[in-house]
Amino acid sequence: MGGGDSAGRLVRPFALTGGRTRPSRADFTLIATVTAVEPQPAAAARCQPEHTRILRLCAEPVAVAELAARLDLPVSVVAILLCDLLEAGRITVRPPRLVSRTTPDLDLLKKVRDGLGRL
Amino acid sequence: MAGSDVATDASSAPDTVKILIAGGFGVGKTTMVGSVSEIVPLRTEEPLTMAGLGIDDLEGIEEKRATTVALDFGRITVSRDLVLYLFGTPGQQRFWFMWNDLALGALGAVVLVDVRRPESSFAAIDFFERRGIPFVVGVNGFHGEHPYPPEEIRDALAVPEHVQVLLCDARDRESCRDVLIALIDQLIATAVQA
Repeated sequence: MGGGDSAGRLVRPFALTGGRTRPSRADFTLIATVTAVEPQPAAAARCQPEHTRILRLCAEPVAVAELAARLDLPVSVVAILLCDLLEAGRITVRPPRLVSRTTPDLDLLKKVRDGLGRL
Repeated sequence: MAGSDVATDASSAPDTVKILIAGGFGVGKTTMVGSVSEIVPLRTEEPLTMAGLGIDDLEGIEEKRATTVALDFGRITVSRDLVLYLFGTPGQQRFWFMWNDLALGALGAVVLVDVRRPESSFAAIDFFERRGIPFVVGVNGFHGEHPYPPEEIRDALAVPEHVQVLLCDARDRESCRDVLIALIDQLIATAVQA
């Protein structure tokens, strides 16, 4: 990590997005869960290699942050690639559980409490 | 929510929630994440210029435009349909603008404190207090040693009465788990009162 090539390291990922720096949708937050559609739509256009890698990694549901870490790409880049896949009907996305400060979800909290207790 | 012209749900996917592990630089955040995570902590790096910040945020770091901000995180499968993610927040002060994104939708936070330099965690406490994000304070003993009682540390940090201050060892799984449980218990207590 570090080293003299850090500028290249930062610029290069955005070549994968065709220079796009912002996703077209806001769905792909850190812990949104992404799952590849099975079977893949037959009519879909051919994927770039990075898209194919993502599809392989999300054969089982996986969080956006985990995808980014496993691909060694910034979350912002992965979010843009995921937008492509979503719009092509190749993946589904599940938003994180909504957390409300005004009306806390007691059932959810108890579930987390029980799970931690089993650790 | 965003438009739903495309599939936005996957019924087989678990629900996800997150807790933040915050505190000053080098206080043991990643160690704590690693102690309780079921996976080796993962790291994702974001180029600073892409983090959605205004030009002003870059003032003073122009010469370091190639900087990244790193997030370390881990995972705990709470049940078949619920996964908890733990995010270690970036410790350097100048990266705090990232925290707004991170904090959005978090259940709460653990602020880790190093007794040898508690002031390095002041700003984290301030951050969560101002945003009304529930948190507990975990005092990470250097080599697991705790020279000061929790009440003394509470006074030094000036944390409100309803915030728990717990002694812990970031290297120890059970100790970290107990800090997380204390946070959830605090959230449950608040929920019951509501």
